[in-house]
Amino acid sequence: MSDIAIRAQGVSKRYRIGQGLRPHYKTMRDQIAQVFTRLVKRRSQPGLLEGGYASTGDDTIWALRDVSFEIKPGEVVGIIGRNGAGKSTLLKVLTRITEPTLGSVDLYGRVGSLLEVGTGFHKELTGRENIYLNGAILGMRRTEIDRKFDEIVEFSEISKFIDTPVKFYSSGMYVRLAFAVAAHLEPEILLVDEVLSVGDAGFQKKSLNKMEEVGKQGRTVIFVSHHMPSVTRLCERVILMNEGQIIQDGSSEKVVSDYLSSGLGITAERCWNNRDDAPGNDIVCLRAVRIKTADGKITDTIDIRQAVGLEMEYDVLIPNYVLYPHFNIRNEEGISLFVSIDTDPEWRRKPRPTGHYTSITWIPGNLLAEGTVLVGPAIRTEEPHRILHFFERDAVAFHVIESPEGDTARAEYPGRLPGVVRPLLEWETHYSSNGRYP
Amino acid sequence: MTDIVNQKLIPDPDLQDIQHTHIEPSQGWVALQLKELWRFRELLYYLTWRDIKVRYKQTILGVLWAIIQPVVSMVIFNLIFGRVARLGPEGIPYAPWNFAGLVPWLLFAGSLSATAGSLVGSSHLITKVYFPRLVIPISSTLSGVVDFGIQLLILFGMLFFFPVQPTLTGMLLLPGFVLLALITALGVGLWLSALNVQYRDIRYIVPFLVQIWFYATPIVYTSQKLEEPWRTLIGLNPMAGVTEGFRWALIGTDPPGTMIFISVAVSVLILVTGAFYFRRMEKNFADVI
Repeated sequence: MSDIAIRAQGVSKRYRIGQGLRPHYKTMRDQIAQVFTRLVKRRSQPGLLEGGYASTGDDTIWALRDVSFEIKPGEVVGIIGRNGAGKSTLLKVLTRITEPTLGSVDLYGRVGSLLEVGTGFHKELTGRENIYLNGAILGMRRTEIDRKFDEIVEFSEISKFIDTPVKFYSSGMYVRLAFAVAAHLEPEILLVDEVLSVGDAGFQKKSLNKMEEVGKQGRTVIFVSHHMPSVTRLCERVILMNEGQIIQDGSSEKVVSDYLSSGLGITAERCWNNRDDAPGNDIVCLRAVRIKTADGKITDTIDIRQAVGLEMEYDVLIPNYVLYPHFNIRNEEGISLFVSIDTDPEWRRKPRPTGHYTSITWIPGNLLAEGTVLVGPAIRTEEPHRILHFFERDAVAFHVIESPEGDTARAEYPGRLPGVVRPLLEWETHYSSNGRYP
Repeated sequence: MTDIVNQKLIPDPDLQDIQHTHIEPSQGWVALQLKELWRFRELLYYLTWRDIKVRYKQTILGVLWAIIQPVVSMVIFNLIFGRVARLGPEGIPYAPWNFAGLVPWLLFAGSLSATAGSLVGSSHLITKVYFPRLVIPISSTLSGVVDFGIQLLILFGMLFFFPVQPTLTGMLLLPGFVLLALITALGVGLWLSALNVQYRDIRYIVPFLVQIWFYATPIVYTSQKLEEPWRTLIGLNPMAGVTEGFRWALIGTDPPGTMIFISVAVSVLILVTGAFYFRRMEKNFADVI
């Protein structure tokens, strides 16, 4: 028995910009045009960058940079990090969906992967047929599916409809069936992307329990997630990634709490040190935007109960303009949540002298919903005529994280709560003991 | 408490060895890894089965559709090329003779079209789960065989109503001719499907290619009036070998002769180069598709 289940050595992955993010196919016309340009310009193709990450060409990005780690058999390891940190790319390399550009990976054991539930499901086929098809796609043998078939059906809670085409299923039934197949995958190494956030609350709980059970059976599991409570619950070890690199690897409590309090990376703060690059015009220019906690720390992750500060620094270069600094607040789906305009009486409707200004506004706790909030600073002038000095859309962002302690607007409700805001409101209930109608 | 109890999972009997997977960047031409492909034979089976099942579930006419299309084509060809242009052979009824060429052609054309678009049509699988990508085009090629089976039955039925002389040796070799059509379709399909990932124009080229190939193949006309060396050289088109073989077997025309060896050689060449080209391009599929 080997004492290593997974070993990654110097794994790096380079994408051409656009690749992997959106379809990057070409037409032959492009290709032919490119050949001609090359002939005319006699430009040599940039060679393969061997290890030198710093000097990437303009049209490439390194989604993974020199990622190395070892995982022992039976370890359950979480991988966390912001969107674009390289988590999913790493998982795609480990699952052999895509090749690394440099480096190597060794996996000892039968590998099963789960990047989404219901891969290859066909709506015209029945539940029964899809179990076999999806099982085969996930790498299960026919005999294995035969053996587990009843268990899968029972887990999915749809036994009555097992011979109905899945196009007649509700989305809940569909997801339950899909997860049920995936949950019965029994490889020695299991690589899982964020798939637990499916189904209704009851089913989510069941799925999480199932995952926990898988972890306890001595399998090696890599679990990529944004959901910190499930990460700490399922994993003893967590790897934190940022900009394609591993920046922390240790016990889950330590790494998760560091991650939550660190204000990782640049999205929570952006500074423009060079006036030429800074958003703005001859009158006003932006110097910095940042997200802060109540105690003044810069953060990209905020507890739903905590107030969050939005701060902008700007220089006034030409005096005597009345300014209206404001923030555009949107959520991940691009829905505008609100706009907050500076109403500070000290500067309101007053022409400003040149100089350096810092404005901060506070969004109270228990107002925003869970999820990512994008913040765009802007400054306007209304008189003598309207000028938009700058508007830096989605310049910074932060995640609003639900507290598991039950003192939020969610109360004890465990499922997905809709709504773009989640204010904690006061409720009153009056009771009287005499009948319903007078 | 008993520490002695072995708590290890009972592994699948055929999976007892610890599998070792080594991943590293590949360079240039790579091995076909047919062993790996064999490991995924059940997936090949299920994907083929899915394609067939879905095809018959989705069309209202279902099986009828597999019959109507070739029969209508045959009737039209019979009128235009058989009666008006008189391109058929002498002394043999045109209808069964034409149909004996049309049936394997439709298998080829259907499989080729399905295979060429197969990768792009399976992008949701390619970006979400690993398996040898060759499984996708192969299953698409195979999924045409049920339609073919139905058409072949009609063809056999027709033979009873016409004065034709099937040959026994030919009949025994018939599966070989079917295989030749499938190999050709797969070989060309591998090239086109891999190219289609990179260059989406391919999908506009495929119908055009199929149409030209149709007229380059002796289906509505006979090649037996050709003189040497043309009669042998037409074997460079493997589908000429297939249709000649079918007619020899079922209608009793002259055997294909040396041209069939050329057809087989060309077909195998296309398949092997197609498979290697496909494997070479495979590493980019998930990133580009």
